[in-house]
Amino acid sequence: MSVLILLIIVSVLVAGGFLLAFLWSVKNGQMDDDYTPSVRMLFDDELKSTKKSN
Amino acid sequence: MVFQLLDENGMCQYYDLSDMPGVSAKGVFASDKYNYLDSVAIQDQLIQFKLADQAHVTFYLPQIHCVSCVWLLENLHKINAGIIHSQTHFEKKEIKIVYNPSKISLKELVQLLAFVGYEPMIHLGGNDWLKKKKVNKKQLFKIGVAGFCFSNIMMLSFPDYLSTSIGDLGSLRPFFVYLNLILSIPVLLYSASGFFVSAYTGLRQKWLNIDAPIALAIVVTFGRSVYEILTHTGGGYLDSMSGIVFFMLVGRWFQDKSYDSFSFDRDYTSFFPLGVTVLKEGKEINKPLSEIEKGEIVLVRTDEMVAADAQLLTEGALIDYSFVTGENAPIEVAKGATVFAGGIQKGRAIQVQVIKPVGQSYITELWNSPLLNNEKNIDKSFVHPWSQYFTYVLFGIAFCSGMYWWLVNPHNILPAITSVLIVACPCSLLLTVTFTYGNVLRHLGKFKMYCKNSSVLEAIEKIDTIVFDKTGTLTNHEDIHLEYEGTKLTNEQAIAIYSVTRESLHPLSQLITQYFSTQHLVVNKVDKIENHIGKGTHAICNGHSIWIGSAAFLNEHGILVENVTAGVYIGMDATFFGVFKINHVYRKGIHEMVTRLKSKGYQIHLLSGDHPTEKNNLAQLLGVEISMLFEQSPNDKLTYIQSLQNEGHRVMMVGDGLNDAGALKKCDVGIAVTDQTHLFTPASDAILEGGMIHKLDSFLEYAQKGKRIITIIFILSIVYNLVGMYFATRAQLSPMVAAILMPISSISIVALSALLSYSYSRTLRARN
Repeated sequence: MSVLILLIIVSVLVAGGFLLAFLWSVKNGQMDDDYTPSVRMLFDDELKSTKKSN
Repeated sequence: MVFQLLDENGMCQYYDLSDMPGVSAKGVFASDKYNYLDSVAIQDQLIQFKLADQAHVTFYLPQIHCVSCVWLLENLHKINAGIIHSQTHFEKKEIKIVYNPSKISLKELVQLLAFVGYEPMIHLGGNDWLKKKKVNKKQLFKIGVAGFCFSNIMMLSFPDYLSTSIGDLGSLRPFFVYLNLILSIPVLLYSASGFFVSAYTGLRQKWLNIDAPIALAIVVTFGRSVYEILTHTGGGYLDSMSGIVFFMLVGRWFQDKSYDSFSFDRDYTSFFPLGVTVLKEGKEINKPLSEIEKGEIVLVRTDEMVAADAQLLTEGALIDYSFVTGENAPIEVAKGATVFAGGIQKGRAIQVQVIKPVGQSYITELWNSPLLNNEKNIDKSFVHPWSQYFTYVLFGIAFCSGMYWWLVNPHNILPAITSVLIVACPCSLLLTVTFTYGNVLRHLGKFKMYCKNSSVLEAIEKIDTIVFDKTGTLTNHEDIHLEYEGTKLTNEQAIAIYSVTRESLHPLSQLITQYFSTQHLVVNKVDKIENHIGKGTHAICNGHSIWIGSAAFLNEHGILVENVTAGVYIGMDATFFGVFKINHVYRKGIHEMVTRLKSKGYQIHLLSGDHPTEKNNLAQLLGVEISMLFEQSPNDKLTYIQSLQNEGHRVMMVGDGLNDAGALKKCDVGIAVTDQTHLFTPASDAILEGGMIHKLDSFLEYAQKGKRIITIIFILSIVYNLVGMYFATRAQLSPMVAAILMPISSISIVALSALLSYSYSRTLRARN
């Protein structure tokens, strides 16, 4: 049964990783715009390739 | 694929631009308009981040409206090599541009944007609007942390729900409950902090707001859980506590989602230009507006705004005050007269000498009016009285069950009281309100009525008086319709008049030119033309002596004019011919809308800055019995609203423009009406698209339905509370019951709120 302790710690850590990812993405501004990226995605690749990434 | 997109939108010209990447377009769109951007002081205000070869700047581009806009704006680097990267935010209508200042100056950048059709809005308020973003992020952080803790606590509490006796987990149990305790601390201290702060500030003002019982419930739940854990008597209710916090935060976030591209708090700084051109010793100097001093000479070009009250030094001023006074036609101002801030020059460039600093001018003084000092009372929320009853009833039940157990079994007093406080948490009331108002705001937004926040909905409900502005609100600003009345013109006479008006830049002349342009007339040579400023024009064409202008102008020159109404009078060869009447085009459905409003018991008033020439039309449109006031200054409007309020009325003002700004701010609910863009909306509680004004009565009705929805759902949540109370007062509240009751009630409330507000919004559509 004590293996449960290890598993739970691992699971909380994994979930914590996702939390950190979420906090990071909010901080990074990924939640600022929930519309434009969906439009930008539809532009042709050719055009996209000349566009500098962030 | 992009071609199709652009083609459908009639924007193939964009292709011509991108087909010649790297072409230097310098000089093509050179204009003096943006010279002020060369001033370092102004650049510092606009540029957010600057290195030697990189600068970041964000502009507000109200013209962004479709996918092609995004495509073009994000490919700006193909047009000019100085632009490194550009990124748009569609909903905020913003563009963030990273550029190389050594290759392209800020002025050239703005000129390029203006050239491709996206003229940025640059105003005195500067980039203040960029600052409000961060608050929202903090809320997301709190939701993230609460969600993480809630889900983990839920998982760790699961064994407790399923076990019948405490001993099932054996030696592992302390590990589970202590981990729960650790996880709940960030929820209590960080995520829930907003509730404590709000409850505390409420209590300090001796006001029991809805956050007070919530904060109490959170503290009691946490306290009892800690006690149970430390004394090994149970697992506590940490799952319920973190769940409540999580759901309530989500509810608030849902309610607070605002319309990003709108600004509801604009004062005059958002309308005035950032910089002006000052003439000093014959040289043009660009200066930020805030540094303009009395006595300086300012150059105002065509379509530029006069930024401070000033004396006119040159001829040719044709000022459009529609924005300040609500008057339709531009006014010609003679040399030496005073021009007021907020007027837009329609004629050629003029020079003015500043007589008052910007902050003290006629229009900006409105904001310093003592009448505007009192904030709108948003605290008198409909929920607050309920939350007070709720709290009293809650304490009453807690006290009674405490008394009961004191007599029967004193051992149960504390568990019973705490259980009551835990179960009866007013979160269901809060969730109902936040989600219902959030939904109502969204549905209204679909019909182009954008409310500032949910307290506007509560204010709308109490309205009994509606005040309309005329110009730009009931009429369409851009739609002026000319009608000719008088002797029928022969083709040859029409040609003569057309030829004369073509020569003039006066907006009324241009309207007449437009009127004739559909008749495909030829143009004859005008032999002689004289402009009398403020009066009219005399010209000789085809051998006719033609007089075009005001009635007084024609009378002055011996042409007898009868029946004086507003319009442009035409005289030919010493006889009066006819008049071009300027007709205001009223928006569709006004009459029906006002009739419906009146039948619902609203009092209607009309305040116009314009002359009373339209009075008869308006009486027909709105009804004879309504009170109509004309030639109202912005200050008159403000005091009129004030007097209505003093009589005990709750006033809604529907207006546009700066001339309504004071009234919009003073009244209980201010609705700014706007066409196409969001360029000029003064501070208001809601923004309504002009074409939707005929639905105003449906909007008001729908906003009021919000209260009915809340009442219905609140009854449901009382049922949940009663069930919970049944367990709680018997001191039998198991964590299992709490854990089941809490999410079921929350989810059903959210679902019901969405369903009801949707079904009511269908009636909004049906009236179309």
